[in-house]
Amino acid sequence: MTVTSQTSGEATSGPGAILGFLDRIRVASEYLVIPLIALVATAVLFSLFLLVLGKSPVDFFDLLWRGGFGTAFSWQNTLVRASPLILTALCVAIPAQLGLVIIGGEGALVLGGFIAAIVALPFIGWAPFWLTMPVMVVGAVVAGALWIGAVGALRHYRGINETISSLLMYYIAVAIMNFFVEGPFKDLSNPNKPSTAYIGDGNRVGKIGDTEVHWGLVAGIVLAIALWILMNRTTFGFAARITGGNVRAAKAQGLAVGRLMVIACMIAGASAGLAGYFEVAAIQGKANASLAAGYGFTGILVAFLARQNAIAIVPVAILLGGIAAAGGLIQRRMGLPDATVNVLTGLMFVVLLVSETLYGRIPLFKQRGS
Amino acid sequence: MSETTPLPAVGIETVGMTKVFGSLRALEDVSVKVRPGSFHALLGENGAGKSTLVKCIMGFYQPTRGSLIVDGSEQVVRNPRDAMRLKLGMVYQHFTLVPSLTAAENLVISRPDCPNVIDWANEIAGIGAFFDKMPFKVPLRVPVSSLSAGEKQKLEILKQLYLDRRFLILDEPTSVLTPDEADEILGMLKGMTAAGELTILMITHKFREVNAYCDEVSVLRRGRFVGGGHVAETSTQSMAHMMIGDTKLRERSARLKAGDDKTVLELAALYAVDDEGLPAIESIDLKVHAGEIVGIAGVSGNGQSELVEVLSGQRELEDGRIFIRGQPFEPTRQHMDRFKVFGLPEEPLKNATAPRLSVAENMALRSFDKPPISKNGWWLSPGPMRDIARDLIERYRVKTPSPDTPIENLSGGNVQRAVLARELSGEVEVLIVANPCFGLDFASVAEIRSQIIEQRNAGAAVLLVSEDLDEILELADRVAVMSEGRITYVSPIGDTNRATIGHAMAGGH
Ligand SMILES: Nc1ncnc2c1ncn2[C@@H]1O[C@H](COP(=O)(O)OP(=O)(O)OP(=O)(O)O)[C@@H](O)[C@H]1O
Ligand SMILES: [Mg+2]
Repeated sequence: MTVTSQTSGEATSGPGAILGFLDRIRVASEYLVIPLIALVATAVLFSLFLLVLGKSPVDFFDLLWRGGFGTAFSWQNTLVRASPLILTALCVAIPAQLGLVIIGGEGALVLGGFIAAIVALPFIGWAPFWLTMPVMVVGAVVAGALWIGAVGALRHYRGINETISSLLMYYIAVAIMNFFVEGPFKDLSNPNKPSTAYIGDGNRVGKIGDTEVHWGLVAGIVLAIALWILMNRTTFGFAARITGGNVRAAKAQGLAVGRLMVIACMIAGASAGLAGYFEVAAIQGKANASLAAGYGFTGILVAFLARQNAIAIVPVAILLGGIAAAGGLIQRRMGLPDATVNVLTGLMFVVLLVSETLYGRIPLFKQRGS
Repeated sequence: MSETTPLPAVGIETVGMTKVFGSLRALEDVSVKVRPGSFHALLGENGAGKSTLVKCIMGFYQPTRGSLIVDGSEQVVRNPRDAMRLKLGMVYQHFTLVPSLTAAENLVISRPDCPNVIDWANEIAGIGAFFDKMPFKVPLRVPVSSLSAGEKQKLEILKQLYLDRRFLILDEPTSVLTPDEADEILGMLKGMTAAGELTILMITHKFREVNAYCDEVSVLRRGRFVGGGHVAETSTQSMAHMMIGDTKLRERSARLKAGDDKTVLELAALYAVDDEGLPAIESIDLKVHAGEIVGIAGVSGNGQSELVEVLSGQRELEDGRIFIRGQPFEPTRQHMDRFKVFGLPEEPLKNATAPRLSVAENMALRSFDKPPISKNGWWLSPGPMRDIARDLIERYRVKTPSPDTPIENLSGGNVQRAVLARELSGEVEVLIVANPCFGLDFASVAEIRSQIIEQRNAGAAVLLVSEDLDEILELADRVAVMSEGRITYVSPIGDTNRATIGHAMAGGH
């Protein structure tokens, strides 16, 4: 068969190559433009909501900017909040590559933080940071990995929907922590808020330079890059993507689909567990009900906005970290309840889910000829 | 039909239809006229642009250039809803019915004016009245999932008629049907077109159907209209020539004498259940020797697909053993590599590819964890992956805009070729093949059958599951018939004939 001009022609050389390249950028930019449209639409809808409340949207967005990104102080606040979001978003994005929707990362965070605080107990007071820290990290990571790994195992071996089971396991995780924090591990020196014992100054994770930002941010960014590489440049990631793309085909290639699912879930849980470690070691100093601050749930939003791309998670987490950071300022200055920013993030999530239906519908991004 | 009322059948004409995907011209200036009340065949080899053309007509794609004339006036079809208003309808190669609903429910919910509160008694009476006017029927009150493939296809067509579509596009409508079912359906549709109630544009790869049922034919080659006319005045040979031009058909490989006579693949008392937990295959015993093709014949749904799924690892084996060269085999990646087991499953897009991954990635499904793509077993090199894909694309003549195109954008036949390239490019000991020629043009069919014979000649043990008895008679050294999950008849191909096999397929023995 003589291959004629049908497939060659334009895209092989000269200006055709450049046009083809630009064309590819145009098609790929869909993944940037549609989330941006969703963000703008959210802003518009939320402005309407504010107008109904009799508040000025201009003031709101001005405060949002100042509270989240306007000053060095607000940037630090934002980054502090972004670091658990990166880790919990990874807990969603990694299983998503295999087609699993895990929404219970909060459970792994809570349990990871709790276990980190517990395993630190025997070391408090005498052991150096470099002895306690690895023990706490391992405890948190293993706890998270087993927790979400169990979700993956239930899904594969017993056919239990991973979305529901991960959510239910979140409640169990919180109940387990509360049980122990209010019972066997209750620190009696702090009667007001049931907590585990303070891990001690020497076991806290330090700040980066003279900022308020702790090393959890660096850990999150490094892990995001590492997991991106894992999913895109290793045979494990490739097998995982085949499984996500078509389980039947993956099985016909003899891939151990169940094992892949469980491992991906364990990686996801480990990441959320690590977030728990940093919440304990860098922020709280102990485990208590404050661990369940909702980072695990906001992480779902981050992962979806980032289209489950591990690296895109970093900027998106910073954006949402900024919105959360501005909450206090908005509350004080505008007399709005703290939950207002939750309305904003909730609205953003709904609009984002709606915007998913736009993919492939906008003619500008459709494949076409020059 | 009186002289004054125009025929209900709708005619269409495409004028200079062009469709470009990126750098690929899928359609180039195609003008085809389909008269009202005609039964029109659209022929072309895999990737010629047939599906693209009809998708442009139906508003799934916007043509880059060109226009559509419906019943004499130019129309712009922006989406399938526009097409519906113009009474254009399409039946896809794959079923679009809701399996858990009954036929009647499927019809009612498909109506665009379906009321929010459905008066079922009234609707069913309406459907009954509609069915009385139709030349063929399907059971109305059982779930679609329990209908046979032929009944489902009839229902798909009835649905279009119920929605009052008067121009029907059928994209390879008979590939899932037995020849008898195909004859029944096409015969009835022929009657409706002859009566002027309907116009049909049918994409097919089967010349037999074109000659038996179609009035007119149009042929596409590489996106261009290359000829056509009245079927009665066009020989099969000239249709074939229009399709492939001066390309030489691949010579059928000669069947060499089988090499050693050793048993390679042995199935011992296999037992597996279907999705509902009922026995699907029971005590399957079969041996396949080196250099032998064993064909498994049977009416669709007698456990053949479950058997293939068990062998390829998609379905749990409940009981029994599989041996390869005397050693126990499990469908894991290690065993598949060690025993060189390969497969060409049916419906490759569903069974053998990850549709959204690229052609290159899909071609690497078998080799991504081995050198040269992965030198150490865990690090992936995209460079070699793309190089291997380029080589396979060229050797197996897969038509794709680039190795990075998502494989779901390839034409059906080219997906099949891509999988074939992946599975047959290395050394093969055991080959599991299921309905390998579904939806392929005649040139590709010749090519794939030759490839299978060549694997056999090279000493592979081939298990060929096919619903096409002609294919089995042509390729197999031995035939086994499956009926109700069991192998009921085995014979060397020389000692049997079509009638005997047919009798066994129908449950005799
Ligand atoms: N959405 C798409 N994006 C890019 N290329 C496409 C797309 N759809 C089809 N093509 C290309 O257009 C060409 C024609 O494809 P089409 O599906 O029309 O072929 P076909 O004649 O129906 O073949 P078959 O008999 O195999 O079904 C193919 O080369 C295919 O790869
Ligand atoms: Mg097609």
